[in-house]
Amino acid sequence: MITLTHYLVLSAILFIIGVLGVLLRRNAIVVFMSVEIMLNAVNISLIGFDNYLNHSDGQIFSFMVMCVAAAEASVGLAIIIAIFRNKPTINLDEFNLMKW
Amino acid sequence: MELLIFYAIAAFCIVLALLVITNKSPIGSAICLIAMMLGLAGIFILQRAHFIAILQILVYAGAIMVLFMFVIMLLNLKNDDKGWKLREKNTLLSVLTGVLLAGVLFKIVKITTQSVFSLPKTLSEDFGTVAAIGKALFTDFVLPFEVASILLLVAMVGALVLAKTKVN
Repeated sequence: MITLTHYLVLSAILFIIGVLGVLLRRNAIVVFMSVEIMLNAVNISLIGFDNYLNHSDGQIFSFMVMCVAAAEASVGLAIIIAIFRNKPTINLDEFNLMKW
Repeated sequence: MELLIFYAIAAFCIVLALLVITNKSPIGSAICLIAMMLGLAGIFILQRAHFIAILQILVYAGAIMVLFMFVIMLLNLKNDDKGWKLREKNTLLSVLTGVLLAGVLFKIVKITTQSVFSLPKTLSEDFGTVAAIGKALFTDFVLPFEVASILLLVAMVGALVLAKTKVN
């Protein structure tokens, strides 16, 4: 019998993997993919609570999360392309356009 | 049986997520991420959220990952040999964040294992169907739905403007 705890633990593990990717990788595109992993982890726990409470509001929220993920991916990748055109690297440590 | 399937899919997803962040080539990461998204669609089907499972495959594994692949191939990225290495500039901050997050999650697991939160045996008949989600989306959540459409429009225009103008 699957319980709510199973879904929450899976969600927590995937979220931590995503955080590790964001903190430890330097490749901007891999960092973006780690953000996608984190958003997916949140979706699992949203729908897990939905199952537990037996109504469908959480699924609407995960639908909105998907919308935000799509918007974030398109704008983020456009920013990466714009920076790449200016300076041919996607190493995050060499991005210093906004440094003060 | 259901639990066995859950463990199999969960292990698959975790291994592929680890491969995403450890892979040296960005294309390899993207392919692992697509496989992870498909595994997560399996988890959503186990949770009886069929509509979200279909959206997961169509929107994430389809549209978003095609965008990623397109950008990786457009930029013609090489493997970075220093891919898996601590970023020495903010190691302290990273470790601090990791410890704090681990503490919070440990607390959550401690609370959730105090009692068994078993899921209800029978869900309502139309749980997770397109009809139920669509009805909720166009009655109770019609304002967030419209705001989401404006968000997507703004993102589209923003992506066009960003990709067309030159950064100095």
